[in-house]
Amino acid sequence: MVVNKLMVLIPAYNEEGAVASVVEEVRAVVPDATILVVDDCSEDHTIREAQRIGASVLPLPHHLGLGGCVQAGYRLAFELDFDYVIRVDGDGQHDPRDIPALLTALQRENCEMVIGSRFLNAENPRRVLLRGGWCRALGIALFRSILRPILGRPVSDPTSGFVGVNRKALDVFSRAFPLEYPEIEALVVLQRRRFRFMEVPCRIRVRRAGKSSITAIKAFYFPVHVLLGVFVNVLLFPSSRIGRILRK
Amino acid sequence: MDRLLGAMTVASLLLIGLVLASVRREHIRVEYSISWLAAGLALLVLSLWKSLDQRIALVLKIPDLAVSLLTVCGVVFLAVLFAFSLRLSQLKDSSIKLAQRVAILEYRLESLAAESAPNKSSLRAEAAGAQGTRAKLGQPAR
Repeated sequence: MVVNKLMVLIPAYNEEGAVASVVEEVRAVVPDATILVVDDCSEDHTIREAQRIGASVLPLPHHLGLGGCVQAGYRLAFELDFDYVIRVDGDGQHDPRDIPALLTALQRENCEMVIGSRFLNAENPRRVLLRGGWCRALGIALFRSILRPILGRPVSDPTSGFVGVNRKALDVFSRAFPLEYPEIEALVVLQRRRFRFMEVPCRIRVRRAGKSSITAIKAFYFPVHVLLGVFVNVLLFPSSRIGRILRK
Repeated sequence: MDRLLGAMTVASLLLIGLVLASVRREHIRVEYSISWLAAGLALLVLSLWKSLDQRIALVLKIPDLAVSLLTVCGVVFLAVLFAFSLRLSQLKDSSIKLAQRVAILEYRLESLAAESAPNKSSLRAEAAGAQGTRAKLGQPAR
């Protein structure tokens, strides 16, 4: 497989327990890729662990949240002329062995974004859906049904952070990227520009260390925030009548 | 009603005093104190000028003077809060862009330093050395 300027982007916040093994695994799968850990001002030794293993580290001066952290990586990748960026979470939930599948899809399918979906081709998608709990399953089902008419096609895993983008999408995301809970809004941002995306099946594992940023309070805030973000983006669609009025 | 107006006078004077004291101690920048001072002055005028309150109540078609006064107060404070929300959002956007730019520049600077002085025992140089040219900035493997 020809790997043209591939960056594997690992956003990390307090992931000292997992980041080194994630970097090692990524390197074993795509040895020629540049691995960039974007540290979102961690309070632990995430930077030290990433540097110890030889990864390049982009240390943010203060905590920006996931969207700001990922966008910083996208900006750097765009400025350095990378052709493809694949985002892998720093907690070890994404299996780097699936990176070649995402990259191949990006290169061959002529789409701007590829999403690693844990539900696609799963033996029992309902069981996979319920693995994260009822609350999360309901949220995913809700966002699937909301996104379907907006995107004009179904998306099985709209909250997946295992995402690959090409240079066109990188150009857009380096300038405009949702700052909190970015995955779902990013899809609408792409749709607004009539970019294409596709899903490829991927494996998902339990996180190795650290804890999820979605706390009980945030679990209620998350859908409200995302729904508002989606709504605002839909208003900005070129075909949107309200959007045209607002733009005037 | 007079008690409400009296309380409003005291509250508006306290607000103006607090804002002025904060500006003097440089806790609030002058440009951000103007909205609060304007709100405080508006409340002070409303609390002292009863005929104006009655006229407002008439215009708003709210028979109860107290309710009309509280409505005006609510609108004044909502306007101030909205103005600050706009300003906060602008500042947050700027702060995020700035933080990202600082991080990227720092990264590029360290990479340049590591390239120009490979023998220096900085963490970046060690990392780049361990990874060969692959990990170096601007030279991703093809």
